[in-house]
Amino acid sequence: MASSNDLDIVRVTKQFGAHFAVNDVTFSVAPGEFFSILGPSGCGKTTLMRMIAGFENPTSGDIRIRDKSMIGVPANRRPVNMVFQSLALFPMMSVGENVAYGMTCRGVGRAEADERATRMLERVGLKGFGDRQVTALSGGQRQRVAIARCLVLEPTLVLLDEPLGALDLKLREHMKIELKQLQGTFNTTFAYITHDQSEALVMSDRIAVMNQGRFEQVGNPRELYHNPGTPFVASFVGETNRWQGAVSAGSNGAVTVRLPSGVSLHGQGQAVAGDALCFARPEAIALASDAAGLSALSNRFEGRVSAVLFDGANSSLLIDTPGFGQPVRAVLPQAGALAGINVGAPIHLGWSSDAMKVFAA
Amino acid sequence: MLTKRASLKLATAFAALMVAGSAQAAEKLRLLTWADYAPADIVQQFTKETGIEVEITLSNNEEMISKLRATQGAGFDLVQPSQDRIAGPQQEFGIYKPLDLAKLKSDLFIASMLEATKKNTTLGGKVYGVPHIWGTDGLVVNTKAAPAVADYNDLCAPAVAGKASFRAKRPTLIAFAFANGMDPFASYGDAKAYAAMMDKVGAKLAECKKNVKFFWDGKDQLLNALRTGEVVAAMAWDTGGWKLNSENPEIKFIAPRSGALGWIDTFAIPAKGRNDDAAYKWINFNMRPEIAAKVAAAAGNFTASNGADKLMQGKLKEQFAESFPKAAIDNIKWYPAVPAGIEEIEGKVLDRLKAGS
Amino acid sequence: MTTAQRLTLFLMMAPAILWLGVLIVLPHVEILILSFSERVAPRVYQFGFGNYLEFFTEPLYWRTFARTAIMSILVTAITLVLAFPIALYIARVAQGRVKAMLLLLCLLPFWVSELVRTLGWMMLLRETGIISYMLRMTGLADQPVELLYNDGAVILGLVYGGLLFMIVPLANALESLDPSVVEAGYDLGGSRWTVLRRIVVPHAMPGIVAGSIIVFMLTVGNFATPVLLGGKNGLWFTEQIYAQFITRFNWPQGAAFGMLLLLLSSAIVWAGLRLTRQGLGTTLRQA
Repeated sequence: MASSNDLDIVRVTKQFGAHFAVNDVTFSVAPGEFFSILGPSGCGKTTLMRMIAGFENPTSGDIRIRDKSMIGVPANRRPVNMVFQSLALFPMMSVGENVAYGMTCRGVGRAEADERATRMLERVGLKGFGDRQVTALSGGQRQRVAIARCLVLEPTLVLLDEPLGALDLKLREHMKIELKQLQGTFNTTFAYITHDQSEALVMSDRIAVMNQGRFEQVGNPRELYHNPGTPFVASFVGETNRWQGAVSAGSNGAVTVRLPSGVSLHGQGQAVAGDALCFARPEAIALASDAAGLSALSNRFEGRVSAVLFDGANSSLLIDTPGFGQPVRAVLPQAGALAGINVGAPIHLGWSSDAMKVFAA
Repeated sequence: MLTKRASLKLATAFAALMVAGSAQAAEKLRLLTWADYAPADIVQQFTKETGIEVEITLSNNEEMISKLRATQGAGFDLVQPSQDRIAGPQQEFGIYKPLDLAKLKSDLFIASMLEATKKNTTLGGKVYGVPHIWGTDGLVVNTKAAPAVADYNDLCAPAVAGKASFRAKRPTLIAFAFANGMDPFASYGDAKAYAAMMDKVGAKLAECKKNVKFFWDGKDQLLNALRTGEVVAAMAWDTGGWKLNSENPEIKFIAPRSGALGWIDTFAIPAKGRNDDAAYKWINFNMRPEIAAKVAAAAGNFTASNGADKLMQGKLKEQFAESFPKAAIDNIKWYPAVPAGIEEIEGKVLDRLKAGS
Repeated sequence: MTTAQRLTLFLMMAPAILWLGVLIVLPHVEILILSFSERVAPRVYQFGFGNYLEFFTEPLYWRTFARTAIMSILVTAITLVLAFPIALYIARVAQGRVKAMLLLLCLLPFWVSELVRTLGWMMLLRETGIISYMLRMTGLADQPVELLYNDGAVILGLVYGGLLFMIVPLANALESLDPSVVEAGYDLGGSRWTVLRRIVVPHAMPGIVAGSIIVFMLTVGNFATPVLLGGKNGLWFTEQIYAQFITRFNWPQGAAFGMLLLLLSSAIVWAGLRLTRQGLGTTLRQA
């Protein structure tokens, strides 16, 4: 079966002793795609990436690049290059030498390699940096050198192992955009691993959420965010309110859950009986100063503001609501009557049954 | 903090140490000598008789002189260099003090040996050494493995290729000079002639070097090699040869045809010795025939003590008699005093010998 | 700075200054002065360059000198080649207890004195020794083989004695190499050899230079090993110095040789630093 994908991971398993670091994972990455693997630390994503790079061998399964199996191919023979978490620039070489290194390894002449390195540095906005020492660069510049060093080899696939982890917040925000743009300009396939859901959401065409060695869900950022397939995805991707209760009624996807306090919630899901987990995004929680404004919603409550978490456009409220164990989190609109609300103020809140996902616990 | 009691104890201990230390300093003889020249039972007996403790440091001729030179004659109360190595270094470095012959019982010495030694160690009319132990340098040969070795030159014969040994030191130069028809002692006074002679000897030895397993340095190293058969013929001291002979009759000490080299180790007092009385007591004690006989037996050599030979045990006498027929005794070449500058010439020849390959 | 501060500083520095002054500078100054004195008559010396002149005009001395230098460089190079994989293993492969054990194993020979270690080699290599015996038993030799008293034995002994002092700074330097830098080297297409040559070795350079300096110094200044294992041919320059001081009683000549040895080793270390473009500072830190 011929594949038009750049990368095919076929039922790959990696076992360390009795522990399954990667457990029967299958996915494909199409040419030009920005594919992210998102998961908490220890979920196996790094092991998966190291298997693709060739630093580890899978216990079973196949790794195919452009339909060629990579099993038994050493790291230095794979058309794959990696941007390391620590960047792993060569401190004993200048910036230009770092970029030219891979080409000289492939037998490209010194002069040509230098010239191509210079051109590549220009393209990533580091014109004239060739003779600098890598230690003399800023975090963002080092990042670009690390990527330039891979891209200059025109690999089928670039692997990125949380390369933004070491940067400070501001720079990280900036580099997210830059990375995405670079990927677009070079039209190279990127496989990116991260534990930061916002990095994955912002940059990726598709994301795989990984947990305990398995893929929980693969989809584009919107699907994952709005239609999480599992409780893990729902809670790991994006901010959310989470409640636990028992299903009291359910049919055709409409589920009613009774919380321990006796409060009933109406949501959507496949659960029909037993314990259930409910998730509702803060931005799906509607707020109003009186009950009338929320009459169309199937879940309506009254509470009192316990904290105002001001963060510009991402500001939110924590609302002590009778019947709920923890405060309910809701996005605070920055315009309108509620923009100036203070701690202690009474408030009405509600959400539609579409906005609440219910999973069997 | 120390408790009062503890500090008192400490002070007492310290005081005791001081007393002991000073007492020891007053009653100690610091002796710089050769291995086996001061056996433990002799030292014990001396301490018992005189109350003087003896502190022994072992060495050889060159190191004795170097040690004394470094301190300008301090650090030891009595030393035992060979008789030919006293006048030269004394003239050069002034490391000894003249002996007060009145304090020595001269009738304890073999008269002729005492006179010869005094003559050789006299500088500016003063005597610096008296004889103690004497012996010879000759050939130690495994007579079964190397039956043909009878003179120094035979160490260079193909029969013992790779299995011969000698020291890269001056006795070897002297021996090979005699063996090749020269008389080095006659040229001692003429530096130029001596240098020319040594160059010839050096050339002979360089030729011989391929035969040499190693230039031996420590006596035990050589004796071990002779025991195992790694070396079958060597130029060495008689005492070593006789020691091996007692273990293996096939190994013999042979007085070479061109003459064994006779040496005499002496008593001399360093310029800054602190306990001359003890030194003279040790000399007189050691020259008593019964003591000298024991020391000689321990060292495996002969003593300058008058009458000690009568007390010596039979074995060594027999071995001596076998190694030294009458003619061989007459043929022993006794070292005259080494004039200053001679060792410089020899040194270079020896350096070349060691460096060349 | 107040007077009190200055006094405190002085008092704190005093032991170090004393140490340097009394134990290192003073003896060398004395040796330097001694090396310029010439004997004209018994107990009469005068200033002159004769002792140095003697060195350059007498081929025996400068040949021994050159031989010592060349063999020391050879020993240093062999030690480096042998120590590198061991250090690499200790630094990058061995973990925890195994690592400590390996370092201890390297240290073990140094619990006995150099003399005993050298005598151990003599036991093994001599004609009636174990190796000769084994060769005969296995039929590889039909008569006893003498492995002692040649340059090979000297080099063997010196390399053995220098190994630890090469391994420790090397392992130190290699340990600080980020594993992902090595992986990046492979990932970008480098072969084992390329990664070693362009990444591992340059990274370890301060350790290589530090270890080489230490081993070279130890080797050039060694005395017992060349004397005991070299036998009749292994003349080392330190033996010349010893001979001048002890058996020749010619202190000024010995002092001149000593100064020349100091100059030689300093010059070679300097050349080594220049050649590898290492600073003395970083090298010392690594050592």
